[in-house]
Amino acid sequence: MIVETGHFALALALAISLVQMVMPIWAARTGDPALRQTASQAALGAFACVLFAFAALTWAHVTSDFSVQNVVENSHTQKPLIYKISGVWGNHEGSMLLWVLILTLFGACVAVAKNSVPPRLRASTLGVQGLITFVFLLFIITTSNPFSRVIPAPVEGNDLNPLLQDVGLAIHPPLLYVGYVGFSISFAFAVAALIDGRIDAVWARAVRPWTLTAWCFLTLGIAMGSYWAYYELGWGGWWFWDPVENASLMPWIAGTALLHSTVVMEKRDALKVWTVLLAILTFSLSLIGTFLVRSGVITSVHSFATDPTRGVFILAILVLFIGGSLTLFAWRAPLLRQGGLFAPISREGSLVLNNLFLVAACATVLVGTLYPLLLEMLTGEKITVGPPFFNSTFVPLAIPLLLIVPFGQALAWKRGDVLAAAQRLFAALAVALVVGFAVLALTWGGPVMAPVGIGLGAYLLIGSALEVVSRARGYGASRARSLGQIGRRAVGLPRSAWGTALAHAGVGVVVLGIAAQGWATEGLATLKPGQSLATGPYVATLDSVGPRQGPNYEEAAASLTIRTRSGDEVGHVDTGKRFYPSRKMAVTESGLLTIGASQVYASLGEMSQDGGVGLRLYYKPLVLLIWLGAVVMAVGGGLSLTDRRMRVGVPAKAKARPLPAAVPAE
Amino acid sequence: MTRKKRRLILIAACGSVLALALGLILYAMSGSIVFFRSPSDIAQQGIAPGTRLRLGGLVKDGSVKRGPDQIVDFAVTDTNATVEVQYKGLLPDLFREGQGVVTEGVLEPGGRFRADTVLAKHDESYMPREVADALKAQGRWQEGGSNKGGAAPKPATASADGTLGPRSER
Repeated sequence: MIVETGHFALALALAISLVQMVMPIWAARTGDPALRQTASQAALGAFACVLFAFAALTWAHVTSDFSVQNVVENSHTQKPLIYKISGVWGNHEGSMLLWVLILTLFGACVAVAKNSVPPRLRASTLGVQGLITFVFLLFIITTSNPFSRVIPAPVEGNDLNPLLQDVGLAIHPPLLYVGYVGFSISFAFAVAALIDGRIDAVWARAVRPWTLTAWCFLTLGIAMGSYWAYYELGWGGWWFWDPVENASLMPWIAGTALLHSTVVMEKRDALKVWTVLLAILTFSLSLIGTFLVRSGVITSVHSFATDPTRGVFILAILVLFIGGSLTLFAWRAPLLRQGGLFAPISREGSLVLNNLFLVAACATVLVGTLYPLLLEMLTGEKITVGPPFFNSTFVPLAIPLLLIVPFGQALAWKRGDVLAAAQRLFAALAVALVVGFAVLALTWGGPVMAPVGIGLGAYLLIGSALEVVSRARGYGASRARSLGQIGRRAVGLPRSAWGTALAHAGVGVVVLGIAAQGWATEGLATLKPGQSLATGPYVATLDSVGPRQGPNYEEAAASLTIRTRSGDEVGHVDTGKRFYPSRKMAVTESGLLTIGASQVYASLGEMSQDGGVGLRLYYKPLVLLIWLGAVVMAVGGGLSLTDRRMRVGVPAKAKARPLPAAVPAE
Repeated sequence: MTRKKRRLILIAACGSVLALALGLILYAMSGSIVFFRSPSDIAQQGIAPGTRLRLGGLVKDGSVKRGPDQIVDFAVTDTNATVEVQYKGLLPDLFREGQGVVTEGVLEPGGRFRADTVLAKHDESYMPREVADALKAQGRWQEGGSNKGGAAPKPATASADGTLGPRSER
């Protein structure tokens, strides 16, 4: 019964989203504010309905209701509760439902964000959101219904893919989707602005918190996915330049550009048309990502959900939204009033350059992801564009981009002074060069790019610190002299200033982590108990290897002791190969030993007849910095979000001052 | 600064960054694209030894021989032609005889394929799409066995020298 009610709620949400889409248009024609208000109510209603549908599906999964097709295919009575819940979005139908749930959640948030969005903009935005909700609900109901029944119901389900039975994958999709889908708000704002033909700093202020929220979640989602791939897949890498990864990276890059161009728009009323275009492109890339992952067109070795009907439907969605919004852009953008002027060498100028490099980097990723598909379609030739392609296109574009980051921060708005900025950054530049050369000298004969990366990371970190210091010190007459004064003023800086510095420092931390992988080492051997394998500064000794029984798997488990080369014991690592009988599938469980920010990483191979076991051992120096840096970036974004200026987007009208009470005459 | 001059500078900046991106793409395209070949393609086309390529097909039944130091010899077949493959490293969990597999590496002068990467997917009913297409071209493959996965399964990868790891900073 609950399942049918959930199905009905989904259909109801479809109808409500139609109302949400039509009402603002009608209201715009009649100019009726009450009618306009219905868009907000519809958005809340649609959210409530989808939430109920999602809860119903979750209920079916938790109670192992095997009369539901989706539960049969992805669940199992013996599965731990947390994976019964995460199994809801561990499949195509459920993940699309989660997608729409988050979409309507954002709609509901816009509906209740009373003082940050002007009423007319809110109504139009919700209208556009209503259209997106409608189309995706239609997609779910017609091609990917999660509530289909199976009659007769089987006794047991197929279980969730064991690879997905992991805490990382329980939280990874929701994080990623909040990011992906959050950009729909920026998109809806942009389309609404184009329809209204009006865009200004108020628009930029209204859209910025939503973009920033989406960006923070996408950052965390990508980092989470990367870390999951790293520890779960047992291959020791953290980024594969795989189409599925690129699908999430592209909206992130475009979203980063959008975030920076909105700042220019808010502060200086410039780059309006460009910002609108970026908002459209960012969400378009989210949609392309959904298409790549969900339609089965990917040539990659792990394409799934190969269903042509879905592919064609999602392609139609792409054409509708990307084609439609770009047409609207071409038609309406010339009407938008031009913004303020600025000199090429200024904060704005550096942000334009940042946008250029980001967009160029994004374009190379897009070409690398789509070119193989296109070539196969046109010539039938199958090619792979792997990490070498991306490394030789993305990295050369990323380096100048990173060099600009502290530099742009040091330039003044409107008209900057390169020399003054260089002087302020002198310390960062000097330290970066010294660090880079010192590392190069210490590791002479090793990788060349790694010291460059370390120098760059140091430059970004010190640059961010200097930015906070110089802002706290102040300029001109109000310049603070003593250290105490600077400290007090630093504490008093707006949170967004700290947020920016933190986010940029996070980039520096990521760069350090990536660069350090240049010194990663690996060893491979067949070991019997008692034998050792060395890599980097560590030696692993195999203590024991044998079978073990898990809740829904059998495992060949190995236990290793890790020592330094001089023989001091550092710790133990357990690694194994699990076999899941319900899926007849083997999964390697990598073993990790964290030493500071570095890790020793072990993964197990086949057992041989004579009792030996294949072991691969990696030493990953400072590898945790990669994900830690991403977290720092997201925290920086979150800190900016708590800034008062973010919450109060619309300059509130001064409250009518109460008339002074009449003073009784004496 | 006039609007016209500002626009010129902006266009020049855009042009140079885009030209840089285009140049990098073309340069990378010329050097780092790997073509997919089936064993029949290799038998028929006379591919120059040393060319990096992806070889895909079925792991021939009874061909897997494990040597010392994690060296594995096996044969990849599309039922018309067969190529001997040597690989050093841990094999992915789903590597099995009779299963579809994609390997990446170079062809040696003797005709043996030295793989540094072996890919297989984490799904029991999985057949790499390239392999399925190649087998279809040979008329040896019927549709069947759907793929159901969860959110973005990644490739199960094994790499002999860590080439699949991050190389950007090396």
